[in-house]
This record gives sequence, C-alpha cells and structure tokens, in this order.
Amino acid sequence: MSEKARKDYTKGPSCLKGIGLTRSFGIGDKKMFAVDHVDFDFHEGEFVSIVGESGSGKTTLSKMLLGLLNPTEGEILFQNKPRDISSHAKKREYWKSMQAIFQDPFASYNVFHKIDSVLLDCINMRGGQNLSKQEKFDMMTEACSFVNLKFAELTNKYPFELSGGQMQRLMIARIFLLKPKILLADEPTSMVDACSRATILDMLLQLRDEVGMTIIFITHDIGLAYYISDTVYIMEHGKFVEYGKADEVILNPKAAYTKRLISDVPKIHEEWDLSTVELTSEL
Amino acid sequence: MKNTLKNIFHSPRFVVGFIIFVALLLTMIFYPIFNPGDPLERIGVGTFAKPGTYFSMYDATSAKTETFRLADAEENRINALLTGDARTRMIDWMSRHGDDVAGLDPADTGALMEAWGRYYEDVRLSGMTNADRVYFRRLNNSIVNSATAEELLVMEEDPETGDYAQKGTISLTDYVNTKDVANVKTLPLGTDNFGRDTLRELVSAAGVSLRVGLIAGIVATLIGLSLGLLAGYLGGVADDIIMFITNIFTVIPSFVLLILISYSISQEARGASLVAVVIGFTGWTWTCRSVRSQVISLRNRDHVNLSKLSGHSMVRIVLTDILPYIASYVVMAFILQVSAGILSEAQLSMLGLGPKTTETPTLGLMMNWAMLYSAHTNGSWWAYFPVILTITLISFSLNLMNTGLDQVFNPTLRD
Amino acid sequence: MGKAMLEVKNLKTKYVTRFHEDVYSVDGVSLVIEEGRSLGVAGESGCGKSTLALSMMGYYFPPLHYMSGDILIDGNNISGLAPDTVRKTILGSEIAYIPQAAMNALNPTAKIIRFVEDVIHAHDPKKTKAEIREMAEERFAILGLPKMVLDKHAVELSGGMKQRTVIAISTILSPKVLIADEPSSALDVTSQKIVIKLMRELMEKGYIRSMMFITHELPLLYNVTDDIAVMYAGQLVEVGTAKEMVFDPIHPYSHGLMGSILVPEEGTRGTNLTAIPGTPPNLKRPPAGCRFAERCKYAKPECFFAAPPEKKFEGHRMYRCIFGVDELRDIYKKEAEQQ
Repeated sequence: MSEKARKDYTKGPSCLKGIGLTRSFGIGDKKMFAVDHVDFDFHEGEFVSIVGESGSGKTTLSKMLLGLLNPTEGEILFQNKPRDISSHAKKREYWKSMQAIFQDPFASYNVFHKIDSVLLDCINMRGGQNLSKQEKFDMMTEACSFVNLKFAELTNKYPFELSGGQMQRLMIARIFLLKPKILLADEPTSMVDACSRATILDMLLQLRDEVGMTIIFITHDIGLAYYISDTVYIMEHGKFVEYGKADEVILNPKAAYTKRLISDVPKIHEEWDLSTVELTSEL
Repeated sequence: MKNTLKNIFHSPRFVVGFIIFVALLLTMIFYPIFNPGDPLERIGVGTFAKPGTYFSMYDATSAKTETFRLADAEENRINALLTGDARTRMIDWMSRHGDDVAGLDPADTGALMEAWGRYYEDVRLSGMTNADRVYFRRLNNSIVNSATAEELLVMEEDPETGDYAQKGTISLTDYVNTKDVANVKTLPLGTDNFGRDTLRELVSAAGVSLRVGLIAGIVATLIGLSLGLLAGYLGGVADDIIMFITNIFTVIPSFVLLILISYSISQEARGASLVAVVIGFTGWTWTCRSVRSQVISLRNRDHVNLSKLSGHSMVRIVLTDILPYIASYVVMAFILQVSAGILSEAQLSMLGLGPKTTETPTLGLMMNWAMLYSAHTNGSWWAYFPVILTITLISFSLNLMNTGLDQVFNPTLRD
Repeated sequence: MGKAMLEVKNLKTKYVTRFHEDVYSVDGVSLVIEEGRSLGVAGESGCGKSTLALSMMGYYFPPLHYMSGDILIDGNNISGLAPDTVRKTILGSEIAYIPQAAMNALNPTAKIIRFVEDVIHAHDPKKTKAEIREMAEERFAILGLPKMVLDKHAVELSGGMKQRTVIAISTILSPKVLIADEPSSALDVTSQKIVIKLMRELMEKGYIRSMMFITHELPLLYNVTDDIAVMYAGQLVEVGTAKEMVFDPIHPYSHGLMGSILVPEEGTRGTNLTAIPGTPPNLKRPPAGCRFAERCKYAKPECFFAAPPEKKFEGHRMYRCIFGVDELRDIYKKEAEQQ
C-alpha cells in the first residue's frame, strides 16, 4: 500500500486513554518507577508504536494496559469510560476488547495442548460454544487462511511442530477470531526472521484496515516503528519523552533521547556517524 | 508422551536404578509365595542362629544310612573341632610346657596332632588358671574321643520302666542323605535375636518400609505441591503467609519435630501408616519451596498471560498451564521424598520411636532390634548387614532413577 | 588484490543429533577474506551461519563434526590438526572467536586481568604478571577502554562494557582473523554502536588483519563490513561488496532479504516490504536441486532437479542460481516498475 492510500486514523474517537499512569516497585529509598506518570491517548484504528530500549518500562506499561498488572497510580479510560476490571467476569469482558500478541512465539503456547484448543478457546470466548462442529471448523479454517496457513494441515498438531513464523501467524489467526477493539503487539517480530517479518506486519495492517482495530505496537526497533505506525511514542526511563505522528518524530526529532536513538541506528542511505560515540562514556 | 518414555529409558542411570528397584519389588512380591508364613514367627528358641542349612538330628538318626569310606573324614572332623584359636592355644601350651614347637605350623593338622599326642599331660603349668587347665583337658578329651569311638549308641528310654533300650548305632562311616531327613530348614540369613527367620523378616520389612516411604512421599508431595502452587501463583500476601509457615517448618529441624510428634503418639497407636503420615507431614517444606520458585518463573511466561487473556479461571490455569510444566519436576521430587521417607523411618525406629514393634517388621525396627541385642558386637552380621544393604539399595535405586530423570528433563544436563 | 588471510575451500561439517541423525549445517562453503578486509555473513536463523563460524576455527567437539574441506590461515592449513594443537597454537593467536553471549562467559569471581593472563599464558607461559599488565594497559588505552576495568569483576561492568572487554581480551594476541558471531545483538543500540566502533578500530590499527562478522541485521552489516555473503540452507548463495549486495542483489533470496530492510530514513515508510513465504529445507535431507527453489517465485521445473552452479561475474562476485545476471536484473526492474 502506498502512503496516500493510508487513511488518517490519528483523529478518530479515543479508544484507550491514560492519565498519570504510574507503576512503582519497592518501597522507601528503593522505590523505583517502572512507569512514571505517563499520559497517552490512542484513537480507534490508530497504529501506535511505543519505542523504548530494554529497561524503559514498556513491558510494564503493556501489562498495565492488558490488565495483567494493576497501576499504583493514575487511571485508564477505555472508550472514554473508566476501565473497570475489578472482578474476574469484568476482566473477561475487557479481554474481549483487548488482546495481545507476545514477543516469543515459542513461549506463547502451552506445549501440552494441541493447536486446535488455542483457536477453540477464542470461538468459545466469542460465545460460540453452541456452534456445530462444522461451523467451528469453518471458522478456524477461515482464520488460518487469513494468515496463509492451512487449518487442515495444522489440526491435531502440537505447537512445537511449527516454525517460529508459523506460530506467530497462528497468534494473529487467534486475534482474527477474537476481533478485539485493541490489539497490543509486544515485539511480535523480534524473534522472527526478516523474511517472515513483512508477512506479519502486513497482516497486522490488514487487521487494522478490515476490522478497524487499534494496534499498540511495542518495539525497540525505531526503523520498524517508523515504517508501520501512524503515531510514535518514545519511552525513556518510564516516561514518554516525545510523541507525535511518525514522520514528525522520526524525521524531525525534538528530544535529545530520540535524536540519539535515531543516530545510533545503522542506516543504509545516510552515513552512519560513528564519531559521536564516546568510547569511555560508560562503565 | 511416548517419546518422553522412550527418552527416559535411553538414560542408562534411570535404567540401572529401575532394574534394581524392580528386582527388589519382585523379590518382595514373590518371596512370600515360596516361603509363606508369618514373618514375625519365632522359629528358633535361641538367638542369632548362624546362616546355613539345618536338619533335624532326631529325624537323621532314623533315616536310611549309607557307608562311605572317605580318606579325609578323620582330618575334617578334627579340623571342625579345632578352631584357629584352639590351635594357637595348643602351641602356646606346648611352648610353656618346654617342648620344642619351633617350626610347627598351626595349619598343619597332622603335625600338630602328633606333637600334642606326644607332649600333652593333665597338669597346671605356671601362669595358667584352673579354667585354662579344664579347657585343655576338655579339648584333649574331644580330640581323643573323635579318634577312638568307633560307634555311638542311640538309646531310647522306656517311659514306664525307665530302662534304656538300644535303638541303633551310628558308626563313623555312616552317612545320611539330607533328602531322606524329614525336617530340613535352610536359613540363608540365619535367625535374629528372637529366633525369627531373618530373610523372611527382611523381605517383609522392606515391603513395609517401602509402603511407609510411599505414603510419606505422597503426603509430603501433596502438601508441598499444593502450597507451592498456591504461593507461587497467587503471590502477594498469600505467598508471604505460606512462605512464613514453610520457613517455620524449615528452621525447626524436621527430625526433632518428627521425634516430638512420634513421642506424643502412644506406642500402641503408632502403626506403620501413621508413622508414614507423620514423616510426610514434616518433610514437605523443600518440595513446597522448589515448586513455588518454579511456578514463579512460569507465572510470567507468555502462555500463562495468554491463557489469562482467554478468560480462563485461576484453577484451570494452574491445572493446565502450570502443573504439566512442573510435572516432571514433581515426579523427581516425589522419588526423593520416598527415599527420604524410608530413611526417616529407619532413623526413627533406631531411636525406638518407629511403628509399634509387635505387628509388622520394618527395616528400621530390624536395625533397632539388632542394635539392642548387640548383634554388631557378637559378630552376628546377618542380623544387621543385609538390612543396611537393603536400605542402601532402595535409596540408591531411587536416587539413580531421579538423576536419570533429571538428565532427560533438564536440557542443560543433556550431553 | 591483497594477500588471503583466511581461505576456506569447500568446507563441510555436520551435527549429529541425540538420535544419531546427521544435520548437514555447512555444506560446501568456499570463501576468501583478504588482508585488511572484512566479510559479513547474513542469513535466517538456522541457515548455518553460526555453525560456519564454529567450523572455521578447526576446533571440533561433539555434536559438531568435521567432514571435508580445507581452512587456510595466512596460507597454513589448519583443518587436519589435532584439537589440542589447534587449541594451543591457533585459537587466540591466529584466529579469535567472539560468540553472541561472550559477555556472559566471564567468570564472575575473577578480576578481568585474570582472563588476560589466562589468554596470554596459554600461548606464552613465561610472561610475567607485570609484563602482561603492561601489555593489557597499553592495548586498553589504545582502544579507549579505561584501564581500571582490569581490576574490576565482570559483574561490576555494564553489558556493553563487558562485551568490549571480551573483544579486547580476545584480540590481545593480535590474531590474523577475528570471527564475531552476533557480538552486538544482545545490546541496546547505543552499546552496539560502541562495540562496532571498537571493532572498526581493531581493524584500522592492524590488531586484527581480517574479520568475519555474522549477524542477521543487514543495515548493521552494511555499515560494518566491506563484503557481504548471504547464506541459505548451509551454502553461500551470493557474495559481493556491501554496497553491491544491498543495492544490487542478484540471487532471488538475497533480493528478498534486502527488500526486507527497515531503517528510520525518509522514504522507507509506505514502501513495500518483501516477504519470502515458506520455510527453509530440512538440513537432515537437503534437496537435490536448488535449495531455495521451493520458496522462489521465479523457480523453473529444472530448479528442483539440478543443483545450480556457483557463478562468478563482474570479476569478484559470486551467486548460485541457474538464471543469468541480466535476466534476474530485468525481472527485478520490471517488478519495481509495476508497483
């Protein structure tokens, strides 16, 4: 798809909003903020990237967004209403709208369960318990064909019989079945080969375009974030140091951290300036 | 699953351990079929009969005899009479007596007999007690008797008149086939201090001890596993409380606790199963700790997060997403718990705090009895050594199986 | 044309699995690295690039086994030497190797200077501690590493510092060849840049006379090495200079790889990323024909039967495909126009 064909999703209605969201660990002098009073506003259908290096707090933030970790402070508004996940039933309800794909496809599956059970879970979650076997089979086949997999070949197999790329695509098939409002993708391509990466990114974009899903893409790869997202949030030490439209942030960075991050990434067309490196700068 | 089993049996350690264990188990099952009866039956009246084959002398006198003229019969008889100790004392006597015994080999029965026959006289030599004199007199008599008496008479007392009537004679050359003797008893490990067949008792005791170990292992693993799962998965306050209890149980030496609990239960109520439960109840802490740490590392794995996002309940996540991952580990811990349970029972029984002594033998009780009746000081090795060997073999085989499983399940140990 | 520092001729090595199956991970690789040059090796995970690095040291231990081929370092063949000889006389002084997790290989209980002593004593047991310290301090100073690092324990250093220390120690004997297997992949971008600068300096100052750099990150390779080789299913499918390989790849597989590069530069947004469907072949039973045929969208029936020859063109470049160079360039040009 070309740049022009992309719809501007950054102006849609708010889908997920954070106000002063904070998570700290430890107490007293040892207290440290993994996520330190961050504000954000993700819109419907928006492809948002959160870029940060290891230790920047992006994993903690994603767990809070998913409702797997409670914030110590601040609040999250889901579709402009305070998010309520105080009971298991309410959590279940929230997770119908909020789903995730994780970094390591090999760790994302229960190796004791067949692939079918992963997909059947999704059908059940969407209230499809009473569908006939054939209907369920058709749904799973459709979901697999969305990610270029053949369900007939996968059924009755165990996850470890697939390659990493196939596993990750199956995770997307799961999302296709669930059709949540928001998808949180936590470095879904970092453990996948470059050749399969393009396929996975294309599928994510397709999900956004066809279902109107908001996609929150967590990554350390600023080139990848620039390529795929509408909006980029740059995270350092638990804070967003800069955010805005991808073109603005990457091509015209304001924050020193963003500038450094971009200059430290090897490039193809521009000279990669090694002279900025201070060899004795760290211990 | 099939592949895992195949892998397990590819591990030489596991296979060796498994074979030893199965061999022990088969012995426990099949030996009582060949040698039935109550393992605590007191067949002997004296204590510590030596291992060997016993046949009834009464029956032998009436059995059919054959006459054999064996050249070494005489020598064998004297050899059986003269222990090594008696030989050195004989030479000692002769040298005190002033005879030339230099170069006399105590092992050379012929030369020794010749010298003894030449020099011995019934006197008390200087430096000898009267008891020594009696000893040598008796020794000489038996030597002389073994050579002189051609026949022994077998007499029968008439119950009414009190007269003796000759029933038969036993000559030096008479032999009886053991098959013709009505009562023959082979005791491979002799008898213990109560005159019980040690082997039969040992086999039965090993079975009971294994049962004690299994019950203790199951109890310890169940408690440890469920608390470990809860603490690890729930985290937070629940974790703190459970770990507090676990730490208390850890810092109080479990053996002291075991002694106190056993002591507080009266001897009468203390059956083997109850002792096993008590052992299990004191030994669960390290299973709990290690299960907890495994669960904590699994809890943050993505497949658990994904299962949560799929709306699964906590019970289901613990049972299907966590338990299978630690199952192999739990099996290994269970095996070690069984082994530890058997050893704990042995230790408790050694102190006399084991199961009550009248109904069932256990390996620990056998050791306890052997110790009380000083089997180790009077040379009755058969009363304790086979017991030690059995305990060693059981825990050795269990530990081998455990390390074998570890090799299979722990990829970092694979070669 | 410079003197060949490292020359590999038709090297074949295999892994033997626990179930006694052979995996032909390096299956006939030939390459030359000249003095003062560096070669990058790129490829998907499982293509055999790490195995190639291990195989080139001539030091084999199970499950890796040597099958055939020659490895020449500065003209000396090391492929037939006994493992002990290789360890004592070749490793460290002739050829040095830095694995991906090298920084985790430092024993946390010893000070850094101890590792330097170990490396030097393995080759020259007579050197005194004072001499070694002097040598290490001098080298560290030139490479811009603070000399107080020598008296620290590994745990006191950051990941990037540890990795640089390992590199400095590994090259203290000035080996002729340095083989680096993903030395910066576990680091964040800033530390990565420092590590790369260090390696460049080692080359520029002549402490290492040639380098092989293995990574799956193509933009990094483009900026680090002079030449790039693309590996697929145990074989090299194309070799050329970095610029040629990135902007004019010939082999359909390299073409696909280069089309998947992402960098934060103007113009990359909204372009089409190339995807290569399918999975690499199983190296237990490598296919008889072209190994890439199954995933190649230009494959002809004969590709599946006959293994394509290594073809040389433009003097120094090599690729492995039955199509001609101009034929492939035409195909790519037409594809680009269609979009």
